[in-house]
Amino acid sequence: MYNNQTIQRTQESVLATNKVLRNTYTLLSMTLVFSAIMAYIGVATGASHGGALVANIAAIGLLWFVLPRTANSGAGIGVVFAFTGLLGYGLGPILSYYLAVNPSIVTTALGGTGVIFLGLSGYALTTRKDFSFMGAFLMVGLLVILGAALLNIFMGIPALSLAISAGIMIIMSGLILYQTSSIIHGGETNYIMATASLFLSLLNMFTALLHILGAFSGDD
Amino acid sequence: MDWVKIGSALFLLAMIIFLFPRMKQAIKHSPKGTMKDWMGFIIPIAGVFLFVVLLIAAVR
Repeated sequence: MYNNQTIQRTQESVLATNKVLRNTYTLLSMTLVFSAIMAYIGVATGASHGGALVANIAAIGLLWFVLPRTANSGAGIGVVFAFTGLLGYGLGPILSYYLAVNPSIVTTALGGTGVIFLGLSGYALTTRKDFSFMGAFLMVGLLVILGAALLNIFMGIPALSLAISAGIMIIMSGLILYQTSSIIHGGETNYIMATASLFLSLLNMFTALLHILGAFSGDD
Repeated sequence: MDWVKIGSALFLLAMIIFLFPRMKQAIKHSPKGTMKDWMGFIIPIAGVFLFVVLLIAAVR
């Protein structure tokens, strides 16, 4: 009797986890397409750096203040599309720059980000390792990177800029493992919040990879 | 210094201020990882590093 109940509960838990995973990846692929369209609009309309900054601030405002209140309702889907669309539009100036100097860097960074994401997600899904121990490391790393990026706005050291991009690659890779493991182990049960976090990791990884490839190809 | 740089700096500062309490909470409540756990993180990161080196070689 006890064993039957345990097995039933485990099966329900596995089904719930699979549902969150399926919904997350479906919504993530839809938001990526929407974000790519918005990025194209950003490039085509010649979005300025000021416009991109405003779009990024609005997106983070949605993530911090609106998404947590709407994530459990249908409105959350609209908010996550607005969030990803704004971030996509915010990519306009950086994409315009790299498309003008060397378009192959953009396609390489895009393909590279896709391969890394699939590889890391596949690793977390197949090994089913619990990466919850990385929470503190990732948060400290993120704050160190933000601090260094803040300093570099005023100092403008190219080597520090490259080190920041490398740091972003490590932290975002860790975040993808952490978030995927969190979905598998039931820590994240809301697919809208999971999509927003994974999207942010992917976007940051893409821009960091773009910067690294640009620097090493001599086009940055 | 133009307003975009000042705006970016204020934006980053706001993110640091917003995330700082979360970092303290994460340090206090995160479970500690064993050597085996950390190896499970280092191996895929090494893979990412090698892949990025490959991409750099491809665009050079």
